[in-house]
Amino acid sequence: MTESDYAFFCGWLKDRTAIHLESGKQYLVETRLSPLVKQYQLGSVELLIAKLRTGGDSVLQTRVIEALVTNETSFFRDHNPFEALRKQAIPELMEARKTERRLSVWCAAASTGQEPYSLAILLRENFPQLMSWKVKILATDISREVLNKARSGVYSQLEINRGMPAVLMLKYFTQHGNQWHLNDDIRGMVDFSELNLAGSWPAMERFDLVMIRNVMIYFELETKKRILSRIGALLSPHGYLVLGGAETTYNIDDSYRRVEIHKTGFYQRR
Amino acid sequence: MRVLIIDDSRSVRLIVGGYLRDEGMQTVEAADGQAGLEQLRHNPDVRLVLVDWNMPVMDGLSFIKAVRAEPAYRSLKIIMATSESEQSQVIRALDAGANEYLMKPFTKDVLIAKLHLLDVFEE
Repeated sequence: MTESDYAFFCGWLKDRTAIHLESGKQYLVETRLSPLVKQYQLGSVELLIAKLRTGGDSVLQTRVIEALVTNETSFFRDHNPFEALRKQAIPELMEARKTERRLSVWCAAASTGQEPYSLAILLRENFPQLMSWKVKILATDISREVLNKARSGVYSQLEINRGMPAVLMLKYFTQHGNQWHLNDDIRGMVDFSELNLAGSWPAMERFDLVMIRNVMIYFELETKKRILSRIGALLSPHGYLVLGGAETTYNIDDSYRRVEIHKTGFYQRR
Repeated sequence: MRVLIIDDSRSVRLIVGGYLRDEGMQTVEAADGQAGLEQLRHNPDVRLVLVDWNMPVMDGLSFIKAVRAEPAYRSLKIIMATSESEQSQVIRALDAGANEYLMKPFTKDVLIAKLHLLDVFEE
């Protein structure tokens, strides 16, 4: 890939997703795009980029974005944030919301659904009293393709192996050949919707919990500031923001304070 | 923490042992369930066992049943790590006393995620 093609591609991707690719990541772009080159029979990554330069084909553009957006995820990813939710954050939020009996959660960058479904299972397993509450879990992602997969609730053996406790797998999934199907009860707890964090957001209600993990690292400082500020406006007074292990609000948005729960950094508005 | 790896495949023992030693754990090995029971007797500090299902001499399911029959091993954590992937087999392994189930093939991060579920890093 030539320097000029890479520079064009970085700008093209940033305009559409706010994802900032550092210099020297040509190999990443080539690796991620080569399945599309093959599928569209374009012969080379250079020809694919030439097609992007001419605009047109919105399906191809979407596919390119989807190929570049990292989808690595697992059930109960990193373990500790879910323990923190179970042991402290959810009980606190339930106490704060006991009059309204409503709990509203947003999993931004939900990818193929493992995070919102992990949360739904955690609530069902540990807080059965929420069955009589109005609990809303909104899960959004920029990629239509991953959302379709998320909605299906169907996971491969490799995917179910990643983080799902065997006891919960048996309880909430049914095996069909090599696939594991999440039961309708848990699937029904999560609403999936397409949303570009760097683009315009629809009108949204207030959230008691916002999980936006391992996505801010891809954004430049200004975009991070804008997203944190918009989340802050949507967070209820007792609400928690959960970021990825390598992410923080420090020096980005000081209207948040860090609360350490079970070895995990949660954030609340000051 | 010491981990016992029971698998009749030397290469599996080598790879999985490497994953665990990378995490600062010590490992001992056995090639079948019977040899695994002997390793447990010789290494009373073993806290976690990864055991394959299909092995000669004594299979993994029989190993788990034998271990769970001894009160001294009540707190021992056991992961059945096997290429058997039928739902009914997962149920049999958990019923026999396995704490977790890991379907082969698996990568290091998948193994580590299972270890987190068992809180072995807390010890």
